[in-house]
Amino acid sequence: MKNLQEQEKQELLPVERSVFTAPLQRRSFLQFAGAGAAAVALVAAGCKKDKNNDGPMVPGGVTLDFKDDFGVLNYAYALEQLEAAFYIKVASNLPSGFTAEQKTYFQDIQFHEIAHREFFKKALGTAAIGSLEVNFESIDFTSASSVLGAAMAFEDLGVGAYNGAGKLLTTPDYLVLAGKIVSVEARHAAYIRDLISPGSFASSPQVDDSGLDKALSPKDVLAAAGKYIKTKINVTNLA
Amino acid sequence: MNIVNILEEIEKVDGEIYERLNPRRSAMKDFYNMGKKVALAAMPLALGSMFTKAYGQSTPAKVTNVLKFALTLEYLEYHFYNHAVEAAPGLIPAGLPLGAIKTIRDHEKAHVALLRGALGADAGDALPYTAFDFTAGGAFADVYTNYDTFLAVAQAFEDTGVRAYKGQATELMGSGVLTVALQIHSVEARHAAHIRTMRAGRGAKIKPWISLGAGGVANDTGIGAVDPVYAGENTDMQAGVTITGIASGVTKAAAVESFDEPLAKADVLTIAGLFIK
Repeated sequence: MKNLQEQEKQELLPVERSVFTAPLQRRSFLQFAGAGAAAVALVAAGCKKDKNNDGPMVPGGVTLDFKDDFGVLNYAYALEQLEAAFYIKVASNLPSGFTAEQKTYFQDIQFHEIAHREFFKKALGTAAIGSLEVNFESIDFTSASSVLGAAMAFEDLGVGAYNGAGKLLTTPDYLVLAGKIVSVEARHAAYIRDLISPGSFASSPQVDDSGLDKALSPKDVLAAAGKYIKTKINVTNLA
Repeated sequence: MNIVNILEEIEKVDGEIYERLNPRRSAMKDFYNMGKKVALAAMPLALGSMFTKAYGQSTPAKVTNVLKFALTLEYLEYHFYNHAVEAAPGLIPAGLPLGAIKTIRDHEKAHVALLRGALGADAGDALPYTAFDFTAGGAFADVYTNYDTFLAVAQAFEDTGVRAYKGQATELMGSGVLTVALQIHSVEARHAAHIRTMRAGRGAKIKPWISLGAGGVANDTGIGAVDPVYAGENTDMQAGVTITGIASGVTKAAAVESFDEPLAKADVLTIAGLFIK
């Protein structure tokens, strides 16, 4: 009996699973978000089944469904997973070329990204996508310049991703949360850029002549991040 | 497609949708009449035309208010840096430091132009340098003769700017201006990180990101005069989740550093007001 229930659960799409189990496990997040937003999200999730033509989830794959804010938050969660995995690997064996201060600050950044990742995981509860498998074959973790180059790419990408995703959010509290995180990512980006080339904290073309940072679509971000992610990411309901 | 549902959705981002539509009864009437004749597939187009009529070219008042608020802050920053570069010779060491301040000055100037463009006629008169007092009534009397004081004030402005834009983002939801504001917001954060790095290079115990102050206070700069800039930055609660200890190694300091906090408009204006004559 238990196995059957387990099997049944396995066959459900993540979004449906989340509907069944959400109310209790998401409680802390939803208390914050407000019951109204919760109702909207749950009703939207409930409607999904009727018009759902998708096949079963690809084994080992995850789906980012941008039909509501949970899709956007999971998108952020995916990027934070990627960044955290990168810095954990960096911090586990810091390049010998790093100064003492760089070693300290890369440890700091590691914990920031872990905090972001764990925050999303906890806040999304059962609506959270699974863990992503990463692929860092293209990065030489013994080389300071290779690590710095990859770190800059991840941070600039993260900033552009959050900037581009803001308009997709419909719940004010989530927009503020994204804002709280993106400025920390921008601080990381500036710090790492200055290490690579002093004074390049906000250089063109990352920041354009109008003094604007990049704002990237999820499509562009996922295409750029794709080379570092083994897990298949399915995207739906993205305009 | 249900017109009532659509209007309800719009009402979430624009509480005045019905008032907007009301004075233009003819637009609504046209729409309903057309709806009887037009096939369902053409409805989105018809809707688009209705809202163009309803909204005309006007920007919602709350968006205009945010833009005006941001414009004042950008003028404050621009004049602060521009005066240092143009009228305080020797204050900023030549080379990388002067190059960085010029880069930041140019961004603030571009932000002013951008916001004035978005505001159009609502932008009002340009604010000149003489509208400001960067000594804050004497609190920072040597701001243009002491490089460390200058950097300390610069850091306060940039960290305040980050918090100010963050605090106004929700006011811009549903407006095309939101993304632009976010793009400015993260540039201010880059500036803040760089100014902090410049200060660290001169011996200040400070990180590129806002950390926990000594003894757990919110202000991590050690400069008491800028306490209001950092009020509330020492929280480790996000959306009801305690960040400290959320994973092994995530200390209170790491938790505080991981999230920047917004600042309410009134609090930002209190800070900015110290520098406005």
